[in-house]
Amino acid sequence: MEPTAFQTGLQSVLFGILSLVAVVGALVTITRRHPLPAALSLVVTFIGLAGLYALLSAPLLAVLQILVYAGAIMALVVFVIMLLNVQEQDLPINENVGKSVSLALAAIAPVFLIFWAVLGKLPGDQTLANTPVPADFGTIEVLGKFLYTNYLFAFESVAILLTVALVGVVILAKRRI
Amino acid sequence: MLTMSHFLLVSAALFSVGVAGVLSRKNLFIVFLSIELMLNAVNLSFVTFARFLGQLDGQIFTFLVMAVAAAEAAIGLAIVILLFKNKESLSVDDFKLMKE
Repeated sequence: MEPTAFQTGLQSVLFGILSLVAVVGALVTITRRHPLPAALSLVVTFIGLAGLYALLSAPLLAVLQILVYAGAIMALVVFVIMLLNVQEQDLPINENVGKSVSLALAAIAPVFLIFWAVLGKLPGDQTLANTPVPADFGTIEVLGKFLYTNYLFAFESVAILLTVALVGVVILAKRRI
Repeated sequence: MLTMSHFLLVSAALFSVGVAGVLSRKNLFIVFLSIELMLNAVNLSFVTFARFLGQLDGQIFTFLVMAVAAAEAAIGLAIVILLFKNKESLSVDDFKLMKE
């Protein structure tokens, strides 16, 4: 089914809003002095990214991005920040955030501009509209079947890694068992 | 019209911001959050390529990266708690025992 002109226009507008939300959230994250507002603005970035995944026909990943990343991982980060009760005197002293961050951004800018130039050389005739994918692309059923057939070993390895990580955390946190 | 370059450009921008955060900040937590940001920028690239090449492999990689990021977050935060308990500080400058 060919998307209409209205749908492609809507996609472009949504892309603009979501990518702006993601990049601004990222910039706010690295310029905060206290980690708590930084973590919260990173959640905003993750929500923008989830919207971009949905635009890219990845509905399952969009949901997982919100549930696992914005939900579980960032909740853990916020929980730890609250648990440590980070006060003003615990923060690094005489850190000039604005100066150091803008210096680092200026240092990384040439790399970004080179990347931009390289992207300009990519064939630009492939758009979201004229490269249609099946309607069930990226749904939980198709992705699940693909994962359990072609990537079974990687999946099991990740399961073992998670178990090892959890045991490691318990050993780190509790010295005498 | 949205092409592959648009999405990859956003991904590059997010990754650059993440690198700048790791390079410039002294706060342990902000460095940790910047690493998460870089992981997510790469994830966006994977999903973009999956969509435009019409293959699901990229989405599987993103799925696996999310699982590894969860493990990394758990271990990393446990280490941050122990560091904070030992030195009462969040500055990366205070953790240079191996250098001295």
